Amino acid sequence: MKAQDTSELFFSDVRVPKENLLGEEGKGFAYLMQELPQERLSIGIMAMAASHTVLQQTIDYVKERKAFGKPIATFQNTQFKLAELDTELTSAQVFMDRCLELLVQGELDTVTASKAKLLGSELQCRIVDECVQLHGGYGFMWEYPVARAFADSRVQRIYGGTSEVMKLIIGRSLIAD
Amino acid sequence: MIPRTVFEEEHEMFRSSVRRFLEEEVMPYHAQWEKDGQVDRELWRKAGAQGYLVPQAPEIYGGAEADFRYNAVIDEEVSRSGCTGLGWGVHSDIVVPYLMNYGSTAQKERYIAACVRGDIVTAIAMTEPGTGSDLQGIRTTAIADGDDYVINGSKTFITNGQHADLIVVVCKTDPGAGAAGTSLIL
Ligand SMILES: Cc1cc2nc3c(=O)[nH]c(=O)nc-3n(C[C@H](O)[C@H](O)[C@H](O)COP(=O)(O)OP(=O)(O)OC[C@H]3O[C@@H](n4cnc5c(N)ncnc54)[C@H](O)[C@@H]3O)c2cc1C
Ligand SMILES: Cc1cc2nc3c(=O)[nH]c(=O)nc-3n(C[C@H](O)[C@H](O)[C@H](O)COP(=O)(O)OP(=O)(O)OC[C@H]3O[C@@H](n4cnc5c(N)ncnc54)[C@H](O)[C@@H]3O)c2cc1C
Repeated sequence: MKAQDTSELFFSDVRVPKENLLGEEGKGFAYLMQELPQERLSIGIMAMAASHTVLQQTIDYVKERKAFGKPIATFQNTQFKLAELDTELTSAQVFMDRCLELLVQGELDTVTASKAKLLGSELQCRIVDECVQLHGGYGFMWEYPVARAFADSRVQRIYGGTSEVMKLIIGRSLIAD
Repeated sequence: MIPRTVFEEEHEMFRSSVRRFLEEEVMPYHAQWEKDGQVDRELWRKAGAQGYLVPQAPEIYGGAEADFRYNAVIDEEVSRSGCTGLGWGVHSDIVVPYLMNYGSTAQKERYIAACVRGDIVTAIAMTEPGTGSDLQGIRTTAIADGDDYVINGSKTFITNGQHADLIVVVCKTDPGAGAAGTSLIL
């Protein structure tokens, strides 16, 4: 994410007119809670798209790259890894699309959105990690898209609420009376 | 393959145009922007002119009043392109919706059309050096003084932080009151 202008901001006696208050005073927390599901689903949606891309790049790579005289795609381990990843991604995409339908209908709840973020970002990181592995040493080289995908994927489990915070939200809902 | 059923034909047409835009206007320049640490500001205006920013904004504010699936298409294509420098998701999916949902008429009239055009870039500042997950623990204060609020504190990890013209800052207007003392200020 080197082209992202993520920054630190300092406020020292900054004056803003009262008309810059958004909504009502004291309601900020409620507004955040209201808006977070959309942010979290967006992260899940982006996780799926990034995962599809890196998986396809890896499939192309293993068909080209040879070791021990044949394409590494011919090794059973390679095919089994790809099979696992594709199976998980296919099923997660169906869940994500359903969440998107719910969001459009105004029916996506906070707990389900948290599941979308948790599932999407964790799966993305797992897929990208295995794809780096299938690239061998080149997977570690910045010139290869898979290396960038690896670096960029990691923050998905952190921003927009960490995976642990997602589990807190989901877990609390499960034990609530 | 399980065919995706969530999108209609018009979403897929929109997808093709977003993809072409990214291939022509973004991907060739992204490596340079990585060196610069930010994307070219003009890109925001180009994207705005194509309708790629806040497609769900009301028509009276220059938006397309599109459903959120258009945002999803943009998110997917940006993600697919690997161009992680674009902060459009934060702008379109997160920050401008606060204006749409909680802004006064005056605020909406003043800001939303410019957000759709890309003349205004937005950010949201929740996280602080001392607190991220525990949002109730934020320490930035906004204390009423006459017709103003006086803001003190620091925020960190703010996406779009350099380009931002408009920032939603999460602050305590009543530092003693916990979550109930939290407000959003532009
Ligand atoms: C930072 C760094 C430092 C390095 N330092 C050195 C060094 O000092 N000296 C040096 O000589 N090398 C060095 N290397 C190279 C490193 O040892 C190789 O990258 C590594 O051995 C893998 O080889 P490869 O990259 O050609 O991957 P490949 O051999 O192309 O492997 C690609 C993928 O195919 C899999 N695969 C290959 N064969 C089979 C099989 N039969 N069955 C199942 N799966 C298979 C691999 O496990 C891998 O997942 C370095 C690499 C890096 C990234
Ligand atoms: C690239 C990037 C962009 C970002 N963009 C923005 C932005 O635009 N606006 C913004 O406001 N913020 C932004 N953030 C900040 C991000 O949302 C926070 O980093 C995130 O919420 C975590 O907060 P923290 O870093 O303070 O970690 P901490 O809250 O200190 O968490 C540290 C660890 O403790 C764990 N933890 C915390 N509480 C609990 C608990 N109760 N139970 C179990 N484990 C717990 C966390 O899961 C984590 O593993 C961005 C961050 C990054 C890296």
